[in-house]
Amino acid sequence: MPKLIGAFFLFILTTLSCCYCNLSDDASNKKHTVTIAGSTSVMPFTEKLAEHFMVDHPEYIIDVQGGGSTAGVQACMNNTVNIGMSSRQLKEEEMVLQEIVICYDGITIVVHPQNPINNLSLKQIRDIFSGKIKNWKELGWVDRRIDAVSREEGSGTRGSFEELVMRSEDIDDGIMVQDSNGSVKEVIATDPYAIGYISLGLVDSRVKALSVDGIEPSLKNIKNKTYKVIRPFIYLSKGKLQEDSKIFVDYVLSKDGQKILIKEGLIGIHD
Amino acid sequence: MTKRYRFDKEHLVKTILTVFALSSLLFLFLIFIFILFEGLPLFLKVGLNKIILGFKWAPTKGSFGIFPMVVSSFLVTFGALVIGAPLGLSCAIYLSEYSGKRMKMFLKPALELLAGIPSVVYGFLGVIYIVPLVRNYLGGSGFSLLSTSIVLGVMILPTIISISFDAIVSVPKTYREGSFAMGATKWQTIYKVIVPSAKSGILASFILGMGRAIGETMAVIMIAGNALKIPTSILDPLRTLTGNIALELAYATGDHRLGLFSTGVVLLVIIMILNYIANFGIKRKVLR
Repeated sequence: MPKLIGAFFLFILTTLSCCYCNLSDDASNKKHTVTIAGSTSVMPFTEKLAEHFMVDHPEYIIDVQGGGSTAGVQACMNNTVNIGMSSRQLKEEEMVLQEIVICYDGITIVVHPQNPINNLSLKQIRDIFSGKIKNWKELGWVDRRIDAVSREEGSGTRGSFEELVMRSEDIDDGIMVQDSNGSVKEVIATDPYAIGYISLGLVDSRVKALSVDGIEPSLKNIKNKTYKVIRPFIYLSKGKLQEDSKIFVDYVLSKDGQKILIKEGLIGIHD
Repeated sequence: MTKRYRFDKEHLVKTILTVFALSSLLFLFLIFIFILFEGLPLFLKVGLNKIILGFKWAPTKGSFGIFPMVVSSFLVTFGALVIGAPLGLSCAIYLSEYSGKRMKMFLKPALELLAGIPSVVYGFLGVIYIVPLVRNYLGGSGFSLLSTSIVLGVMILPTIISISFDAIVSVPKTYREGSFAMGATKWQTIYKVIVPSAKSGILASFILGMGRAIGETMAVIMIAGNALKIPTSILDPLRTLTGNIALELAYATGDHRLGLFSTGVVLLVIIMILNYIANFGIKRKVLR
């Protein structure tokens, strides 16, 4: 009996080691891997780009992960990823990294489709999120508390929102917080009295985008620079891009890559 | 010769098992060291008072007050207990005193299943069903103390039921017989004799339930709304200690990250105190 068990283990061991050899051979000989991590706002678009890229270049593996803008910057500095993604401008101490703007994104103020309000001024939005306006009545709708939703501290979207809309004021402590564009959208889509902000590329029929100061958040208005609440989507690298990464970034900046981004509702760099 | 061999083998097994058993202690110790190692520097830098009693949480701007979250954590836990304790205790009493064998065979596995449902599923159901219910019938955004308490109340049921059930079952049979002999009815026996004598075990079950509620994260993030203010009504959103860590961990760097570890230290201390109280209660009465 013990002999039998011994033989069994030997069998498993050899099989496993054979598999392992095969796998590692494949990986080292054929595939080039590029790892990308960072902003959850940029991630879905990078994934899409990577999908298309890998169809044309089957010898490449593009590994895309989330984590947030700050995590992307950090990972890039520590050399744990080839490319970092950020959806906010770099801070001063992060300026050592090389920035490649891949496209621009509008931040849209969204409400539930049943909400009759179509336009808010920048000041009104600021007042809602700083807690000065608490009731929809003050904005000309029903007498009901405003359920404002923000993003968590450190998020790129929140960072841009604070910079572009809140300016020097703080977001009030009574404002709800969700931890991704998706959850914010989910809250807005289910609560008729909610208001929040998400990336323009993620707006769909479940939520209604508001005009800011009378200007609709459309591609046209962003391109001719009348809609002001926009931010860059940035790829980061420490020093010069490695050869494999460069091929991917070149693809993203090429006409084909930009076309994909524009189709997703973002604004290309060439416009 | 054979005897000697057997002895060695026994000894070996015993040693290995001892090492494995102690390894859990080692993990606990390591977790402790790491959390303290990461969390304490900020306490030294900013000051214990400013963290535990501070009202403003803006870690990227240098404020690390977590007092509102400590209060919120306790409010949620208390709310969960208000909903879970009566339900759980009634279920435990029914299971031990009234239910027949067949019902027990049906209920006990169902409870185990309830305990095994992942918290994200509870959270999801809460968002889809309870939050809109609260919003439509009671007002507010629905992401509130009340919704969170309801969901957590259900989540802590298995803990409360199984431990208070054990406590009630371990009440000696003679107590019951004595009570019946004095002419007491079944219900009189239960609330005058059985529940009082199982009191410490029942309390321990509540406290362990509290420990589970205060440590719950995923479901809470999804339902609580995560606002930083101390809620002023049961329909206000709130943020717990665990929610704070999970929400912001992904983006946190530098002092912000340390701030989250400090939140972890506070949470650890609270849970240790709760567990200590629960163990103390159990040891004194039930396990005697």
